[in-house]
Amino acid sequence: MIRLVEVRKIFNAGRPNAHAALDGVTLTIRRSAVTVLKGPSGSGKTTLLSLIGCMARPTSGRIHLHGLDTDWLAPGEESLEITSLPERFLTGIRRRAFGFVFQQFHLVRGLSALDNVMLPALPTGASRAAIAARGMALLERFRVAGRAGNLVEHLSGGEAQRVAIARALINDPAVIIADEPTAHLDSRLSAEFMEIIATLRSEGRTVVIASHDPLVYAAPGVDAVVVVRDGRIGESGSGRTP
Amino acid sequence: MTGWCERQRNILDVALASLRRRRGKNLSLLVVYSLTVFLGASVMFYSAGLKREARLLLSAAPELVVQRLSAGRHDLIPVAYAEGIRTIRGVGTVAPRLWGYYYDAVYGANYTVQVPTLPPPAGEIVIGPGIARLRKVAAGDLLPFLSYRREDLLLQVREILPAESELVSTDLLLLAEADFRALFSFPSGVATDLTVTVRNPQEVATVARKIVERFPDTRPILREEMQATYAAVFDWRGGLLLVLFGVVLLAFIIFAWDKAAGLSAEERREIGILKGIGWETGDILTLKFWEGTSISLTAFLLGTLLAYVHVFLLQAPLLAATLKGWAVLYPDFRLVSRIDAFQLTVLFVLTVIPYTVATLVPSWRAATIDPDSVMRD
Amino acid sequence: MPLRRADIFGVLTASGLLLLLALVLRGSGPDPAEADRLTRLQRLVTEAQLTDLALLTEARYTRHPTQADHFAPFQDHPLALDHFPSGMFWSPRRPAP
Repeated sequence: MIRLVEVRKIFNAGRPNAHAALDGVTLTIRRSAVTVLKGPSGSGKTTLLSLIGCMARPTSGRIHLHGLDTDWLAPGEESLEITSLPERFLTGIRRRAFGFVFQQFHLVRGLSALDNVMLPALPTGASRAAIAARGMALLERFRVAGRAGNLVEHLSGGEAQRVAIARALINDPAVIIADEPTAHLDSRLSAEFMEIIATLRSEGRTVVIASHDPLVYAAPGVDAVVVVRDGRIGESGSGRTP
Repeated sequence: MTGWCERQRNILDVALASLRRRRGKNLSLLVVYSLTVFLGASVMFYSAGLKREARLLLSAAPELVVQRLSAGRHDLIPVAYAEGIRTIRGVGTVAPRLWGYYYDAVYGANYTVQVPTLPPPAGEIVIGPGIARLRKVAAGDLLPFLSYRREDLLLQVREILPAESELVSTDLLLLAEADFRALFSFPSGVATDLTVTVRNPQEVATVARKIVERFPDTRPILREEMQATYAAVFDWRGGLLLVLFGVVLLAFIIFAWDKAAGLSAEERREIGILKGIGWETGDILTLKFWEGTSISLTAFLLGTLLAYVHVFLLQAPLLAATLKGWAVLYPDFRLVSRIDAFQLTVLFVLTVIPYTVATLVPSWRAATIDPDSVMRD
Repeated sequence: MPLRRADIFGVLTASGLLLLLALVLRGSGPDPAEADRLTRLQRLVTEAQLTDLALLTEARYTRHPTQADHFAPFQDHPLALDHFPSGMFWSPRRPAP
């Protein structure tokens, strides 16, 4: 479970062009569920996503991670307040607990599909063979093992999407963060993406997606839809649960 | 420790892949960089080799040479001075030295004509390999010379000095005292200069001072001064090239800085992705470190090894003219293949460190891109 | 699994460094042939009472830079180099005592 309390994020603070991307957001994201942050572009949902994913720090407010399986938690301590952690720890948590799927997938060109999948795990100091084995297993799971050695720029849209998901899963994260994952996909691929998300949820992973695509927030398997508008949380409702 | 090692290897993998992706840019950088190192290393190896040779060979030169000055210019020294010098405490032997130059108008070359301590019999000469090459003569042949009295002097070549001695002997013509005096109409009772040996090497300077006190019209030249002269000659000849090398180095650093500072949008995007998927600032810096190190180490190794081949195996065809000078009688010698750790250290400091510094700041700036930048663009 | 890039790079770089190290060691170790050559040449230098290398034979005033000579221009100091443009760059130097 991820809990945000009165979170504010102000860009360019103290300067004339300062603006509050998030203005007092209090929100609870349930564990092992799919939550969609829905809102028009510029609403602050991407900023919210980056705060949840430990990519940036809020200007004020607190973010608590509950029930995370990490080494940093002392036994018996069940919640981690991440806003005050130094960058190193934040990166460590991000690497271990979160997997990211970006808009347009952001695969690194010039590297093979397998190399891309392995990237997040490389600085952990695990052996390359072990990482490669994990990466191949993920590519097999998503039926793109045959393309493992191909450069990512030669992959089709659907293959790139599955490679991106495999990359998000390489460190076996508890939380998957996806930012507008279907923005550049056709309906068939969008539906396929949501099917994969459903299987991740059934594995017990928490999924947070920012999207304003009806194919996402209206998809079966979405547990909660949070409406974000002008940096605030609007009415939130449950998605349809199958 | 294995974790650290694995992390470095993993990141090095990514660094090499990323270099390979921008093959054209990095290859051109590597070529220019290697050439810079090659140039610096060649100059350094060559001038150090010559300096070393000069120092070792001249360690066998006379300890002290005493010249006579007349109105501040070199003049022939009376052999009688030798007696006076011999009485100075600490002096071992004093010997008159006869030497001069013979200009061969036909070939336009200058020979150094000298009477050695063990001269050949009158009528015979020992010549350096350069003269033998120029005049196309072998042992036993007769060589004609024109004396200062416009008389022909025929001298027979008794021996040609070995090729290995070219560096000191290429233009040397050794002959008997009588032939020397006949050739130059050299007055008797005088010599070109005197060589002095000193019993205690520590007292050479003292003896030199005493000689000047006793004979104010003389000038002693110490062996150390001869060696220092050659060190200085090659220092400035090498230094001249090193000044050029400095300009090349500077140009290269500007080039490298430009390459590193002008991070392409593509590179920025990649660093953003890496930060986004969980790479720390330290990981990115490690990546950039390996990218820079693999280029600079490779260039350093290529440059020095090529310079070694160039200087010691090929005899420095690109540098020799500048460092040796030109001459009609050109000594043809091989430098002893020898490099030392100090030279390599200096070279490393001069080439790798400026590059690293020039590329460090841009990499650091790139590494501190916010991880959420990947979501924002 | 094919060889990793990192390992290929490591092996190549290490062999380059080793080669360089070997060249340094080769130059610093005793070399009997080189020692013989030196002995022979030093004997020649001593016997012929040579003071200079036969390297700057382009003109008689450059042939014996260590010997101040009456045709050597500007040579007030035995170590003052009269090779243009050395005199512009280098001051006469005394050997270390």
